[in-house]
Amino acid sequence: MTALLQVKGLSAWYGQSRALFDLDLSIEQGGVTALLGANGAGKTTSLRAICNMIRRTGTTTMDGTDISRRTTEDIVRLGVAHVPEGRGTFVALTVEENLRLAFHIRRDRKAAERDMEKVFAYFPRLNERIHQQAGTLSGGEQQMLAVARALMLAPRLMLLDEPSFGLAPLIVQEIFRILRRINEDEKVSMLIVEQNAALALELADHVYLLETGKVVMSGPSDMVKNDETLRKAYLGY
Amino acid sequence: MEFFIQQIVAGLTNGAIYACVALGLVMIYVSTDHINFAQGEMAMFATFLAWAMIDAGVPYWVAFGLTIMVAFFGGLFIQRVILKPLENAPVLALVVCFIALLSIFNAIAGMIWSFTIKQFPSPFPSRDLFGNGLVSAQQLGVVAVTLVMLGLLTVFFRYTTLGLAMRAAAQNASSARLMGVRVSWMLALGWGLASGIGAIAGMLVAPIVFLDPNMMAGILVYGFAGALVGGIANPLGAVAGGFIVGVLENIVGSYVIGNELKLSFALVMVIGVLLLKPAGLFGRVIVRRV
Amino acid sequence: MARSWATKPHIGLWAIGFWVVLAALPLIGFVSDSPSFDYYLFMGQSMLIYAIAVLGLNLLIGFNGQISLGHSAFFAVGAYAAAILMVHASVPYWLAIPLAGIVCFGAGFLFGFPALKLEGHYLALATFTLAIAVPQLLKHKSIAGWTGGVGGVLLDKPDPPSFLPLSVDQFLYYVCLIVAMALFWIVFNLLRGRSGRAMMAIRDHAMAAGTMGIDTALYKTMTFGVSAAITGMAGALSAITVAYVAPDSFTLQLSISFLVGLVVGGIASLPGCLIGGAFIVLVQNSSQSISDWMKDAFSLRYDVPAWAIYGTLLLLLMFFLPNGLAGGIAAIRGLLSRVTQKT
Repeated sequence: MTALLQVKGLSAWYGQSRALFDLDLSIEQGGVTALLGANGAGKTTSLRAICNMIRRTGTTTMDGTDISRRTTEDIVRLGVAHVPEGRGTFVALTVEENLRLAFHIRRDRKAAERDMEKVFAYFPRLNERIHQQAGTLSGGEQQMLAVARALMLAPRLMLLDEPSFGLAPLIVQEIFRILRRINEDEKVSMLIVEQNAALALELADHVYLLETGKVVMSGPSDMVKNDETLRKAYLGY
Repeated sequence: MEFFIQQIVAGLTNGAIYACVALGLVMIYVSTDHINFAQGEMAMFATFLAWAMIDAGVPYWVAFGLTIMVAFFGGLFIQRVILKPLENAPVLALVVCFIALLSIFNAIAGMIWSFTIKQFPSPFPSRDLFGNGLVSAQQLGVVAVTLVMLGLLTVFFRYTTLGLAMRAAAQNASSARLMGVRVSWMLALGWGLASGIGAIAGMLVAPIVFLDPNMMAGILVYGFAGALVGGIANPLGAVAGGFIVGVLENIVGSYVIGNELKLSFALVMVIGVLLLKPAGLFGRVIVRRV
Repeated sequence: MARSWATKPHIGLWAIGFWVVLAALPLIGFVSDSPSFDYYLFMGQSMLIYAIAVLGLNLLIGFNGQISLGHSAFFAVGAYAAAILMVHASVPYWLAIPLAGIVCFGAGFLFGFPALKLEGHYLALATFTLAIAVPQLLKHKSIAGWTGGVGGVLLDKPDPPSFLPLSVDQFLYYVCLIVAMALFWIVFNLLRGRSGRAMMAIRDHAMAAGTMGIDTALYKTMTFGVSAAITGMAGALSAITVAYVAPDSFTLQLSISFLVGLVVGGIASLPGCLIGGAFIVLVQNSSQSISDWMKDAFSLRYDVPAWAIYGTLLLLLMFFLPNGLAGGIAAIRGLLSRVTQKT
């Protein structure tokens, strides 16, 4: 299987301080990859670097196309949807407007309209609140909206930055169930950054473990789940 | 009674001008989250360009259209070249920039065309419409143009995808980028549109108050007041606000405080609105969950 | 931001030396026969006055993070207050200055209340409107008995005390210098103490400052008041040195001049205020020669107006030297010290 996203030698900086050190990542088509690690390990930074939101060096290839020098918006248009840390909700727009924004880059209006219906099927709660100002939604609903927005872009790869952050466990379960469905039914590959390792391991096929900006371990998620010493050493449980 | 109606009509005419200026301000605010202090001077400069064209023999409507186009591209240019590099600068730096632009436009207009006032032709005949001295075709024309512009802009922002993209880019640039929106170009587009609107406002007001480089300073303040009263994020509100301010200004000026304190009145309105209802009469308060 | 000076426990030798030099300058008049010396003294007075005005603005913008495009209004209030006190109430000049300061403190403090609810662009807008409204307000006939309406008020320049062998202009220079020294000293100490830290905390992160128990509202309104008082006293000095106040001297353009001085000198820099003040006066006086030079250099058909120069300069500064000249000097000093450390 050819890699959908190939990252080689990725380094990133915030101002003068270096946050990533020559990362190599390979995201397979159709799978879910988890990027785990403690606070400050560089997980969010990796996603930002892939989308060229911060200063970085190294090569990023998306399905054969070199996206290392492209702008964030161009990378999005090439099929990478990033659900950012903090949800990134357009608080002053309605739920519907948040979703319709995707029409700006979709060529096929009909397909986009069908996707709207699909999105409401995945997240019926959003349909209930369709004309509400997005800033008044609860944390869980805003997370759903963020995933829905990403889905509206008809992406091939979805990057999710800590989707469980600040949410009640029941909501998190619901969202992760829906993410699995999206991955299987829509064939959207995913790269999930999570501090909640157990949760991520349930969903993911493959795992990368980051520590202070470097990859310290990588392998199939089953291997990590079943290896107690590995789990205890790196994931603390 | 007749005097009262005349004041209302005059107020509506002035209000139409303020509404135009307010529209330009709202345009920039909605698409860039900034308040453009140089809006008046840019409009004035565009009007001078139109005057120069007409003076050189270009027919009115051709000059009108050309000026709008020049203003559009000029605004685009200013955003791309001068403002874009300062995207992430603190508010103060941006305010200083706007003030700088204000000074430059004013000074250069004075430099090229001097400060003596000039006549600017109006596309509308100045005859009485209903034969009773109350409303002239000129006044009606100004109001009509403003309302048409308002209609077009409201439709644009509310119902088109491009308008939505512009609003999104202004509110949350990084999220907008993550939706594939080319934010820089949206901002530039906003500026282009605002400059075009400003040019129209300038060309509508010049026949009435005569053209000189300081023409827009007082009007700008009323435009601000109008935009704030109506709701600075809202084209419909801005226009309504402009009309309200125009009528109030005239009524208060004629009956209450005299015409010499009109600017102070504008000040009171601006501060009053900012304190009491910063979202304006027609604006929505945006809830931000911390 | 040139903040390092604020943590120094004492005023540096450079600063003391600088003020000494300033104090010595008028004494050149005793040895020089130059007929334009009086004019230079007047320029010196103006530079000090603008430096004080910029100091007031800097306190608000640089150290407290608020914005004002309307300080011309407070300058005007100070000037008119002093003029009215001196002409209509025969108050001596040395009392008129602090009294004008108190009046302006009140005006600034009052304005500070509505300003609490405004941030960034909105506050800029409100103060912008203030600057535009004030000249018209000053011309109003209902207060013309005091303000002299459009024509303004003429004053007499105060005479130097008989025991001092100084000319009027030398004396007025020293008056300006003493007021400047006093105000800079007060602000310097204010910024070094708790109030200063609170002000700057509010500037850097208002919400956090609030949670740490700083009464943000009180500090912001007080800062507005003090800022207005300082600029108002500059206005009072200008009434005395120019001996004339009129509404059209206090337009938006004056506010913009202060802003230019602030940005050129360096935001949040005390020495920058002096640089800024000097800069404003120099540009005002040499705008004609700059214009002539530009006409020759670029073969222009027209005189280049001062405001086009101001505006372009502001833009260039925002791009290349956002910390102003003081920031540039600090950067050079930093560079030099790093270089000398390496060798």
